[in-house]
Order: sequence, then structure tokens, then C-alpha cells
Amino acid sequence: MGKTLSEKVWDEHVVRSVEGEPDLLFIDLHLIHEVTSPQAFDGLRIAGRQVRRPDLTLATEDHNVPTLDWDKPIADPVSRTQVETLRRNCEEFGVRLHPLGDIEQGIVHVVGPQLGLTQPGMTIVCGDSHTSTHGAFGSIAHGIGTSEVEHVLATQTLPQARPKTMAVTVNGTLPDGVTAKDLILYLITQEGTGGGQGYIVEYRGQAIRELSMEARMTVCNMSIEWGAKAGMIAPDEVTFAYLEDKPEAPKGAEWDAAVAHWKTLVSDDDAEFDKEIVIDAADITPWVTWGTNPGQGAPLGGTVPSPADFEDAIDKVAAENALRYMDLEAGTPLREVTIDTVFVGSCTNGRLEDLREAASVIKGHKVADGTRMLVVPGSARVRLEAEAEGLDLVFKEAGAEWRGAGCSMCLGMNPDTLAPGERSASTSNRNFEGRQGKGGRTHLVSVPVAAATAVRGTLSTPADLVSTSSTNGGN
Amino acid sequence: MEKFTSHTGVGVPLRRSDVDTDQIIPAEYLKRVTRSGFEDGLFSAWRNDPTFVLNNPAYAEGSVLIAGPNFGTGSSREHAVWALQNYGFKAVISPRFGDIFRGNSGKAGLLTGKVDEKVVQRLWDYLDENPGATVTVDLESRTVRAGEGPDAIEDSFDIDDYTRWRLLEGLDDIGITLGHEADIASYEANRPSWKAVTIRG
Ligand code: SF4
Repeated sequence: MGKTLSEKVWDEHVVRSVEGEPDLLFIDLHLIHEVTSPQAFDGLRIAGRQVRRPDLTLATEDHNVPTLDWDKPIADPVSRTQVETLRRNCEEFGVRLHPLGDIEQGIVHVVGPQLGLTQPGMTIVCGDSHTSTHGAFGSIAHGIGTSEVEHVLATQTLPQARPKTMAVTVNGTLPDGVTAKDLILYLITQEGTGGGQGYIVEYRGQAIRELSMEARMTVCNMSIEWGAKAGMIAPDEVTFAYLEDKPEAPKGAEWDAAVAHWKTLVSDDDAEFDKEIVIDAADITPWVTWGTNPGQGAPLGGTVPSPADFEDAIDKVAAENALRYMDLEAGTPLREVTIDTVFVGSCTNGRLEDLREAASVIKGHKVADGTRMLVVPGSARVRLEAEAEGLDLVFKEAGAEWRGAGCSMCLGMNPDTLAPGERSASTSNRNFEGRQGKGGRTHLVSVPVAAATAVRGTLSTPADLVSTSSTNGGN
Repeated sequence: MEKFTSHTGVGVPLRRSDVDTDQIIPAEYLKRVTRSGFEDGLFSAWRNDPTFVLNNPAYAEGSVLIAGPNFGTGSSREHAVWALQNYGFKAVISPRFGDIFRGNSGKAGLLTGKVDEKVVQRLWDYLDENPGATVTVDLESRTVRAGEGPDAIEDSFDIDDYTRWRLLEGLDDIGITLGHEADIASYEANRPSWKAVTIRG
């Protein structure tokens, strides 16, 4: 019997395998940032251990950094201490760091791919659950906790129990105006936040093949939001074309050798998955969340559901709690939900392609009165490239705020937070209670929906902008 | 890491499902560089609510948390585990856990027992009727027990063999792995030269 993509990559990384114990896997790339690493470095120091492979480790500053005045010392003393601790640790242990002010600084999951360090067939870990992003290249990539960060620093390996395998096949082509973000939000609504638990998921099918690398990253990024251990997409010509001119990609004969190997990284025709899900791209429409977990989503053209719509008793209670927290009335058309803040950014949707898309929607429009729009590039390089194309001007002319790179309002560790009761339309990945600030209410949306929402002040798609302007007699 | 064989302590009924790591400890508490002192951030959004279970003095000494399904979903922050431990919890019982949270718990010495949803319901009901009652989590026999007499609750919980063994022995993962240094070195010697590196020698 053949092997699945994930089984092939897994088997290539087994250092030691013994019946009754987890496999010991070699880790090709370990990404670190300021929040989940300090206690791990401390652990090394206490035990008198070194970083085994600094040359397979990369650090950047992202979660905590300000997006305003980022060229000045960090104002919040606690955040500053954390960032300075990372700098000291990287210095002491010889780890490459891209600090604030460096062109490669940014969200760790944007930086790995843009440097070309994220390549097919790798094992990639980071003390951050959205490490699943890197699976878009055909790698096994997943988040780890701080004890595991310490383990990887000390040994460059990780004991891991072999997960089950799942295929999610998306047949057909995504309809116009429907994005990778809608696809993954739709899938999570169908399968629930626990639906992927215990699996490495491979996304495949025509609609997946037709996605750009950036869009594939959006899909894999949110694998963790339905509980999957990791999400993967087999590498193909789109992957190779994306990587070819990246600074850390192999060159010359090494490139040819690498590509020859990468081409073998596909699930064999006779491989068997433990579970398979098939969806039809034509069923997907612009999707938004109405609740407090990413599985509580609905078509933007629909209404806020009622707890009575759910059969399962626990889902019913969860819906009741969510509607109370979100201050939403069952039956309200989602298009009528008023938004205070629009956030475009995060490792889900903070890449250049996302900013281009947001700019193309908002160009020639203004952000609605009473709404604010924050545009936060995923990395300093993305910011500079966007500025070189004049995208910053498009946003500023529309009345949006153009910021420095970082995680920002995705998790509100820096000053970019929602006030209690404030409601956002956010291109990020989590709508948990208080995620974007205590008492804040989050609707997860795609980039075009975020931009259109900024213009109308209520949840909207770009198509709504066209119809408003035509009923107003053009313009 | 301390050995874990069996623990008996006050059970706390957390009647909620999908308690994600942002609920367990919000991001604002993650700026610290230490491993202790996170108890103040535990469930911080709910602690102002006088009806929240941890604000009931009967549960002040709580050490066994009984939670609804999907406990610990969301981020990889091990701070969620530390916050529970710093507060005094030794074990969490739930029908389903977030994977990373569960892995982190095993590394840090917090026991996570997976039980049937019905068992959680029975424990909740029992603890509501008997606030401050204890629950026993026995790792050797993989059982959770509460109450006495004909209504006593006793059921088995799931935990993988390897984590169970490590917890029972109180073993540090890194120490175990470094015992396989020769395997790691020979694996490294055979990696293809085109594999990515962050620092060129
Ligand atoms: S952007 Fe959000 S999800 Fe991504 S790494 Fe930062 S905090 Fe995590």
C-alpha cells in the first residue's frame, strides 16, 4: 500500500522508533519568538545545556511589539523586558534574530516563508499554534508548548505520537468573490472546532491546487482552529515558483536536487487515509463568524442563528453564551451588524497579496464614519513592498491607519486592542472571548469582506459597494 | 518533575464547554518571563463574576477541575498549564482536550484525564450537591472516583501509556531524549546538503 504525504514526511524524520513509545522526530526548523521562549532558555541555563542546532533555529519579535513608534524603545516596560530577554537569549545561545527595525522582522509565520526557509518536506515547529501555516509547502508544521521549545532547543528532536491521517478534498473552483479564508471558515463551521482532532490533514483537490501560496497558507494556518495537529498541501509548481528566488532557498545543483525530492512528496494513489471529507467549492460563499469560536460561522448573506437551531445540548448552550457575549439577536441579518473596528493583518491574512486585495476593494472609497480600520502588515518586508506599490497611500486616503509589522490586534498583547463592548471584523483567526481585548467582540472575515465592511460600517462584501454606489447614482 | 500516582482533592465543576486557552489565561498575562505567579490570570475574565465557581469559598482549595468538552483548545501557550498549576490544580477531567494543551500538561506534570461526557455530567451534579467534596484521580488504575455508597461515581479515564509512565516515574523528557544522542548524531550525519539552514558556517 502507498503512503500519504504526511506519512512520507514523517518517515523521513524518524530518528528512533520503538514499539509503545512515541517516535523521536528530527526537527528541520525551529522558529521562536519572545512570548513562549524565555522560560525555555531559562530551563537550558539551569540544566547547563546548549542550543544543539542554532543553524536550524530562527527568532523574530512579533507578538508583543508596538505597531506605532516601533522605531522607539518599547513603552510598556513588561513588553520591553520580554523582547529584551529574547535578544539576550539569542545573543547568549547564538541564535539568529530579526529584531524590531530589521527588514525581516515580523510575524514568525510570515517571516519563515518570505525568507524561503520554509520548504517542502520539512518538520517545522514553533511555540505558537499557527505554525500549521507552514504546512502549505508540504511540511509537517505544528505548534508546541514551552517545555517542548526547550526540548527542541536542547536536542533538535521531539518525541511525537504518530497522528491519524485525513484528506479534505475540495472539488471544483471557488466562486468569484470567495476566498481561501471563506473556504476554511466554511469547513470549520461544518466540522466543528474538534473535527480535526488527532489528525494531520491534507487539503487537496482542484480548488486547493488553484490557490496561490499565500492563500494556501491561509487555509493551513487555520487547521488548528478545527483541532487538527497540522494541515498540509502537497508541493507543486506553484510552490516551487514561489520559493525559487527566495533568499534562503537552495541554489544551482542543490535546487535541482531539492526539487527532484520535493516532487516525490505527494500522497500515492493507493494511499489510505484514516478519514476523508469531500466538499464542493461551489457550495462556499463569503463566510463570517457570529459566535466566540471559529466553528460558529454562517454565510454573510444569512442571519444570526438561534440556539434552537442546534441539536446537540452542548452546542445549544454554547450558542446561547456566544450570542449573549456577542450581543447579537437571533434572526438578525448579518449584513446589518455594525462594526466599530476593521483589522486587516495577522499570520492568516497579513501578506502582500492580502494587502493588495484590501487596497483594491477600498480604493476610491472612504472608511465609514464611526468605523476605524487598522492595516497591519505581517512583516517589515511586506510593509516596505506594499509601500513601494503605493498601497499605504490607498489606505491612508481612505482614512485607514497604516501600521508597523507584528501580531497586533490578532491577540491584543500590544496596545492595539478592542475596548470592552467594541465589535471588530477581523482577518485574523480567533474570535475567542476577549481575544482582541477584554470584552471585545470579534467577527472573523476574509480580506475583501473586511475592506468592504470598513467602507459600509456593517458586515459587507465588495459586491455591496457596487450596488450602493449604483443606487446612489454612480460614483 | 514530581511523580504523580494518585491525587485526592476538592473537585471544581466548571460547567462550560470550549474553554479555550484565551479563557484560561488571556494574552495580557503572557508577558512575564518566569514560570510562576500565573494564578492571578487564571480564568481572569470570569473571576469578577461573583457567581463564577472559583469565587465560591467551598472550592477555595480546588485541585481537580471537571470541565466540559474541548478544554484547552486554541493557542500553544503553556502558561495555561502553569496558571492551573500555580493556582493549585493537579488534574483536569474533560471529555475532550485541545491537543497542544494536553501535550503541554503531560510535560509540565498536570494530569489530564479524558472521560465520557456522562461521567462529567455526573461529577458536575455530584459536586453541585456537595460543594467542597473531593474527587480522586488515580493514575495507576486510571480511575476517577467521587462520593460513597450506592451513588458513588467511579469510572476509568483515558491517558496515553507513555505520558502515564512518565508521570508515574516523574521523568524529564529532555533527559530521556539525550540518552539517544547517538541516534540523533547519526541522523544528522545523513541529512541532505540542500536542507535549509538559518546560519551558514
Ligand atoms: S498573528 Fe496572531 S495567530 Fe499569528 S502568530 Fe501572531 S498572535 Fe499568533
